[in-house]
Amino acid sequence: MKIVVLVKHVPDTWNERTLDLNTGWIDRTGAAVIDEINERALEVALAYQDSHDAEVVVLTMGPEQAKDSLRKALAMGADSAVHVLDPLLAGADLVRTATVLAAALRQTGFGLVIAGNESTDGRGGVIASMVAELLGVSQATNLNSVVIGVDALHGERATEAGTLTVSSVLPAVISITELSATPRFATFRNIMRAKKKPVVVMTLADLAVDTAPRADAITLAAQRTPARAAGIKIVDAGDAGTELAGFLAGKRLI
Amino acid sequence: MSHIITLIDITPAGEIANTAAQLLSAAARLGTPVAVAAVRAEITNNRQLVARISEHLGTLGAEQVYLVASEHVGVIMHWPQLEALATAATTLAASGVLLCNSIEGREIAGRLAVRLGGTLLVDALDVRQDNDRIVATHSIFGGSYLVDAAVTGKPAILTLRQSTADETPVVQHPVATINILDTDVAGAHSAVIEAFHAVEAGADRPDLRGARAVVSGGRGMQSREQFALVEQLAAALGAAVGASRAAVDAGFAEQTTQVGQTGVTVSPELYVALGISGAIQHRAGMQTASTIVAINTDANAPIFDIADFGIVGDVFAVVPQLIAAIAARDSAA
Ligand SMILES: Cc1cc2nc3c(=O)[nH]c(=O)nc-3n(C[C@H](O)[C@H](O)[C@H](O)COP(=O)(O)OP(=O)(O)OC[C@H]3O[C@@H](n4cnc5c(N)ncnc54)[C@H](O)[C@@H]3O)c2cc1C
Ligand SMILES: Cc1cc2nc3c(=O)[nH]c(=O)nc-3n(C[C@H](O)[C@H](O)[C@H](O)COP(=O)(O)OP(=O)(O)OC[C@H]3O[C@@H](n4cnc5c(N)ncnc54)[C@H](O)[C@@H]3O)c2cc1C
Repeated sequence: MKIVVLVKHVPDTWNERTLDLNTGWIDRTGAAVIDEINERALEVALAYQDSHDAEVVVLTMGPEQAKDSLRKALAMGADSAVHVLDPLLAGADLVRTATVLAAALRQTGFGLVIAGNESTDGRGGVIASMVAELLGVSQATNLNSVVIGVDALHGERATEAGTLTVSSVLPAVISITELSATPRFATFRNIMRAKKKPVVVMTLADLAVDTAPRADAITLAAQRTPARAAGIKIVDAGDAGTELAGFLAGKRLI
Repeated sequence: MSHIITLIDITPAGEIANTAAQLLSAAARLGTPVAVAAVRAEITNNRQLVARISEHLGTLGAEQVYLVASEHVGVIMHWPQLEALATAATTLAASGVLLCNSIEGREIAGRLAVRLGGTLLVDALDVRQDNDRIVATHSIFGGSYLVDAAVTGKPAILTLRQSTADETPVVQHPVATINILDTDVAGAHSAVIEAFHAVEAGADRPDLRGARAVVSGGRGMQSREQFALVEQLAAALGAAVGASRAAVDAGFAEQTTQVGQTGVTVSPELYVALGISGAIQHRAGMQTASTIVAINTDANAPIFDIADFGIVGDVFAVVPQLIAAIAARDSAA
């Protein structure tokens, strides 16, 4: 089976992330990494490949630097990578992102597509659902665990109200949560091998996607909110609980 | 005025989800509010229940209600809701669709945007009409920025972050007009639901997303058993329970209670962090709380940088005393 994992290159959450106040776009000059949730998505694919006949492809849409995320994924064990790279994609909104990823998936072909449930920068939590809808295939999203079978898959889906046991026919697009898997480390041998693995670059023209920049969700204004300052800090001398009750009462919080 | 559709969740027993008020009052700011719900035929066949639902939705501001009956509610993921919304949006040539920014709500929104060729804005704090376009305010990177975005393509599909404020309906219609439709689900491209296990939330504990107060515990709570202290303080404060990712990973708390970058974002009046260091990814989910209280044995824990009241101390000493002090005040009052 061919498994395509959707990988996003995002600003590192360990750093303070900034917005360009003019465009409202993320400032991509800071440190950026493969989104941790996508390493988990890749792990789900690689764990399946460990015991089944499968080809694992990683796909990203992003700027030149997104190659670093693809390299990381190849070093973890993916077989090949596809990079959709086109200056016209800067500032793409959700609908455009999903359209482009779906077009790329039509070209690569797939038995299963695995995405993260939500990215750490845009936090849309919708790409997997939208891509499946565009491709007209089944979807099972937000899975805490997944068992991939021959022509179907099963999983546990997390929702606010509880957990659902769901199943889906294949081919399908799924998204996984943080609970799904712990990513493996890239071994030295795989890092060396990764350098020789193929990375195919595709442009909008290659994908036959309309090249007119189209983002219907546009940013009007962005502003920084004032940073929080530290308030009172006391060291417990045996009565801090009572003092805290007094503070809360003063603020009418109890 | 143009129609603005809202997706309303109605339980099998006919109860309307508490997010309906927020969605309908936002819809009233943008146009004529319409409530759409996908329900099982047991509901649409029950005339008394239908009357009660239309009355309730009417008092929340809905002018029209579409109850779309489908035997696939609770069986095929998203599909009945998607069909219901697409049908109503097309029939009314709606200019906007509003959904709750829950896991389910945003996924349905994404699929609907694809189907209707609409534009999607997710996780809006607020929406307003600005001439002929809809503008939404978003809070991003943990509240570090406020961003206004506009939708130019139509229809606009938006998900709203659950608010902590009480919503007072803008307009009241004693009874909304009811439309009952059936859906025929052919070729549903969705997962099939095989079983459901509800989370055991504490009795009458508020929902984390819309809670006015949240008490969260971290790795410093030591064990699942000792995490009970978090629940006890939450009960004393009428608060929801949250957790850090380390506490979730260690099995002290359910994953759905995780607050932070990859968990829930909360913005309550009071946030209490117990045994949580305050890593940047945790702060991203709670730093817009009005008042932050932190208790931690490490005086250098970064959580103190954003706490309005910080206590360098042991949670197992401070929290029981706090609970006792709250109880003493309650009985004195
Ligand atoms: C702060 C912020 C707010 C935004 N708000 C909106 C908005 O309201 N409406 C709108 O239309 N656009 C919005 N955008 C743009 C949108 O985030 C981008 O289009 C983005 O590429 C996809 O959205 P996401 O990361 O939120 O997706 P999510 O749905 O959160 O991503 C889930 C998964 O999809 C896959 N995926 C997502 N993007 C890519 C990619 N480029 N390449 C490969 N795989 C990918 C990954 O597996 C990822 O884990 C926003 C962007 C930012 C930074
Ligand atoms: C991509 C990504 C996403 C992430 N998303 C999230 C997220 O959504 N939410 C989240 O929380 N984290 C998230 N994290 C993890 C985050 O970086 C931290 O690891 C995590 O928040 C630490 O949790 P903690 O504060 O409970 O544990 P620790 O950092 O281990 O802190 C425990 C604290 O307890 C204190 N303590 C110990 N004993 C006591 C006692 N008896 N009384 C009082 N204090 C005591 C200690 O001094 C310490 O400060 C994410 C990380 C990454 C990389």
